[in-house]
Amino acid sequence: MSTPTRTARRSGLRSGEAASGWLFTAPMIILLGMFLVIPVLMALWVSFSDWNGRGSPFGGTVSFVGLDNYSALVGGGGLAEQDFGTALRNNAWYVLLVVPTQTMLSLLLAVLVNRQILRGRGFFRTAFYFPSVTSSVAITVLWLFLFSASGAVNKLLAFIGINGPNWFNDPSGVLHNFLGLFGVETGPAALTGNTFLGISFWEWLAGPSVAMSAFILMAVFTTSGTFMLLFIAALQNLSGDVVEAAMMDGANGWQRFWRVTLPQLRPTLFTVLTLGLIGAWQVFDQIYTGTQGGPGKTTLTPAYLSYQAAFTNQAWGQGAAIAFILFVIIVAFTLFQRWLLAERQVSERRMRPYLQNPTSGGSK
Amino acid sequence: MQRRNSRRLIGTGLAVVGALTLSACGSGSGFGGDTGEAGGELTSDSSKGLNILIGSSGDAETASVNAAVAAWSEKSGTDAKVSVASDLNQQLAQGFAAQKPADVFYLSTDALAGYASNGSLLAYGDQLANKDDFYPSLVSSFTYEDKFYCAPKDFSTLGLVINTDLWAQAGLTDADIPTTWDELAAVSKTLTTDTQVGLSLGGEYARLGAFMAQAGGSLMNEDNTEATANSAESVAGLEYAQTLLNDGVMSYASEIGAGWGGEAFGKQLSAMTIEGNWITGAMKSDFPAVNYTVAELPAGPEGQGTLQFTNCWGIAADSPNQAAALDLVEQLTSKDAQLTFSEEFGPMPSIESAADEWKTANPTLVAFLDGADYAQGVPNVKGAADVVSDLNAQLESLKTGDAQAILDSVQKNLEALLK
Repeated sequence: MSTPTRTARRSGLRSGEAASGWLFTAPMIILLGMFLVIPVLMALWVSFSDWNGRGSPFGGTVSFVGLDNYSALVGGGGLAEQDFGTALRNNAWYVLLVVPTQTMLSLLLAVLVNRQILRGRGFFRTAFYFPSVTSSVAITVLWLFLFSASGAVNKLLAFIGINGPNWFNDPSGVLHNFLGLFGVETGPAALTGNTFLGISFWEWLAGPSVAMSAFILMAVFTTSGTFMLLFIAALQNLSGDVVEAAMMDGANGWQRFWRVTLPQLRPTLFTVLTLGLIGAWQVFDQIYTGTQGGPGKTTLTPAYLSYQAAFTNQAWGQGAAIAFILFVIIVAFTLFQRWLLAERQVSERRMRPYLQNPTSGGSK
Repeated sequence: MQRRNSRRLIGTGLAVVGALTLSACGSGSGFGGDTGEAGGELTSDSSKGLNILIGSSGDAETASVNAAVAAWSEKSGTDAKVSVASDLNQQLAQGFAAQKPADVFYLSTDALAGYASNGSLLAYGDQLANKDDFYPSLVSSFTYEDKFYCAPKDFSTLGLVINTDLWAQAGLTDADIPTTWDELAAVSKTLTTDTQVGLSLGGEYARLGAFMAQAGGSLMNEDNTEATANSAESVAGLEYAQTLLNDGVMSYASEIGAGWGGEAFGKQLSAMTIEGNWITGAMKSDFPAVNYTVAELPAGPEGQGTLQFTNCWGIAADSPNQAAALDLVEQLTSKDAQLTFSEEFGPMPSIESAADEWKTANPTLVAFLDGADYAQGVPNVKGAADVVSDLNAQLESLKTGDAQAILDSVQKNLEALLK
């Protein structure tokens, strides 16, 4: 680009462009400002204030309390910290299990329905996508029925001789239950005696509760279809040349997928993981309509806790603080996986120049 | 390219956003917080009609409240409109934040402290003409920091609901209706079979707390000034419940595949349950074939005890017509209105003068109202709802847990609230 000269700017031919550009974007900027930026800033202020839900948060009686709301959550030693720790624990397990599972499953489904030889591909695509277009409230209700103590899932388990758990009423941690099979009922003192965010390390390691596991299955069931669609679009965009070249080089199907197709899907993988992470950390409507945090607070999530703190306990500052901590967590995770998926220079040792001439190999 | 130009425009954009933010600040300031003070003059802008926000249990309740309010409206000449909230807490909170709350609304004991402490509520209790007619324990449930905030709308207590057919099948008679803990344990055992458990109840403080009350314990003292959760009496109550659970004669409703005690009872998964008078509605609509009777809960070592639950008619401090709102509430809590409500959708009147007539009209439910004499309210200090929900979470594993340790943690959490 050439640097603009004074004469060019004065010419008048293009001088109105910037102004009209702003004019055309103004409605959107104002709308976003009004309904997004300002509310977010207001919430940020509330998280640093003692606003108690009455009148405007900018009224005369509301004062700045610094980090009080935040410190009650991460170091208060009281119930607020304990609840927040519990919610983070629950949600961390949820994310840990939902995000990889749904990503792998959606990729698998996408590869399956993208194959030319599959009959009735259209049917399968629609079938897999169906849960994604159904409202989460409807699916939650369906899930409550399926996973009730005498529901379809337990009937099915009974067929193969398993006495199913009382899903949505079982607060026991899956990992604890697993350890229980080997007679480990209580953790070592090092884990039970020390706490982080008000709950002991042994509790952190409890795993998702049986109730949360049902929600995890549900999340995988509902979101895989959406992400499958993204992967299908990406797969159809790949050019056949590269795969053909790999075939010519003698790569088998397995190698072609892992070494050729998957690396090319990296941008989509990033999108899917990011959307998955955000969605999983913000899980709210299933909890609100399904269990309200129970049993034993094991399906409490930060998003639901934030709602509860604000709307039922009138602790608006704390509710807003939870929301912003959640925001920071999501941003941190996104940056981390962006770094993880970044394109890197291949090291010389791993580079395999397919050149037979030893003099030029390795120093390309 | 054209950097200076765009910078200027960004500046303008920021200024616009800034101005909007300022205007957002401006709209709220200027309203003082002094309207909530008790003893002050009530506002009486009669040009404004009243908005009434209720959390209704169903069509019967909505129609009944609508009719009562319409009758008052006609008599007083003040417009009044009843709206049914889908999420009462949320809609109330939005109204208070916008300073355009409903004038009169249902308010639970849980929510009282939050709204009272931020000045959203008018503490009108002492100005009620029928103030002395309310049950004292209900008045203390709606007293926060020595101010009687709002008139109890109605109330419920827990009773022992017994399936009369299963009772007779087990060879029990009216004389066997338990009046002590030992008798309760004994009949529960008799009634426990392969297909049913003797007694089922929700695994939460709102049911198990009755055992604590019978043992002379409680979470907090009556004035809500002191935590008593881990007293020897409270622990004894919980340990008794634990024994029943471990003996297999009592189960949580969730353990036997029911959502609450009433469902377990209606499906005949249990022969007895501990529930409040709301169970009558569920039995009528969902399980009409089940015959049952209601008895008072048995007495523990410290006599009889039960829990009571109640809601009140809140009036907003920001209401422009508090005088009319007060008049409406007096009308809605009057004997006639409450007896009509009771007939139409089942709650128990909150005033003592209506007790006799109610008992005559509901001979089978007398046990619930008799419980009012010794019923205990739930703690209403700010944040108590959180502590109770934490207790509920721990009670889910009471069977294998340590009652003393559970109540120690509750004691710690309650003491933190009182500081």
